[in-house]
Amino acid sequence: MTFLLYLSDYMIPFVIFYVVGYGILTKTAIFDEFVKGAKDGFKVVVDILPTLIGLMVGIGIMRASGAFDILSNLLKPLMVLLQFPAELVPLVIVKMFSSSAATSLVIDIFKQYGPDSYLGTLTSILMSCTETIFYTMAVYFMAAKVKKTRYTLLGALVATLSGVVISTFLASFMR
Amino acid sequence: MLNYIWGFLIIVGIVVGVCTGNIANVSDAALNSTKEAVTLCITMLGIMALWTGIMQVARATGIIASLTRGIRPVIRLLFPDLPKEHIVNEYIASNMIANILGLGWAATPMGLMAMKELATLNDNKERASCDMCTFLIINISSLQLIPVNIIAYRSQYGSVKPTEILGVAIVATLFSTIVGVIFSIVARKRGRQ
Repeated sequence: MTFLLYLSDYMIPFVIFYVVGYGILTKTAIFDEFVKGAKDGFKVVVDILPTLIGLMVGIGIMRASGAFDILSNLLKPLMVLLQFPAELVPLVIVKMFSSSAATSLVIDIFKQYGPDSYLGTLTSILMSCTETIFYTMAVYFMAAKVKKTRYTLLGALVATLSGVVISTFLASFMR
Repeated sequence: MLNYIWGFLIIVGIVVGVCTGNIANVSDAALNSTKEAVTLCITMLGIMALWTGIMQVARATGIIASLTRGIRPVIRLLFPDLPKEHIVNEYIASNMIANILGLGWAATPMGLMAMKELATLNDNKERASCDMCTFLIINISSLQLIPVNIIAYRSQYGSVKPTEILGVAIVATLFSTIVGVIFSIVARKRGRQ
């Protein structure tokens, strides 16, 4: 356990150390290259800012209006049919839109039921195999300036739903 | 598609807000979200520039090229139509490796660069290429070896064994990624017919 947390602490410094160290050994103009690359990253962020503003306003409105709660109430019967606990339906819905909102729900669940309870375990597994679909799609497709996204949404939903199903199945063995 | 999703969020949000009497909150949320987006971008500016800078050094030294060769079979399987020596291979490879290692902040800039390069290879600029669809589906299915954040929250909220979920989580993330891969390959084949 502590080993893994150490590992994640060391991961970033190690990657940087390795790249820079290797650069020195191969006599690359490391700082020039770094600045060149950093400039590209800068441009990318400036490009996606308008997308982010638009998207976060949309998500903010949905959250504040209570529409996410209604949406998860509508989906509850379907999810319960799949043996999925009703308490976690809002989490799955919110996670598709916003990672920070999902995190606050995760913390609520941990506080209320405990991380080692069935719900806490299932939450942990769910969070490690799902991603913010709409956020990722908006930002990535805006970077490519694409309007027709074809089967991406369907594919992403299928992958996420399969993650939810397998998580529920696996968590039931850990009860 | 994004036009519809965004329109849906705004229209449904406001209508529901009126019906549930939350309209004052909706108004606050609309204005505060812009601030949230700008704050996020300011944070991202630094982190993003750091990682694209480091990745540029890694590219200049040839580290990225050798990593890309290492996972070439995977890239060929997922993106059979990409030109073999194009730089987009390197971006896709570094995005995937960063994602798997749990370096989310390093993965995003590489992913966005990959999308830009995929756009230059796309004949129909308005319509996503199969490669773009595959790339996003794989990204969203989020293959990740160590879900660092979740483990940290678990230990913070008093879990006896925070890492107990690790093995199961890997199985779950592998499964959803495999489903995403199969979906992408099948959808690409059907798109060709």
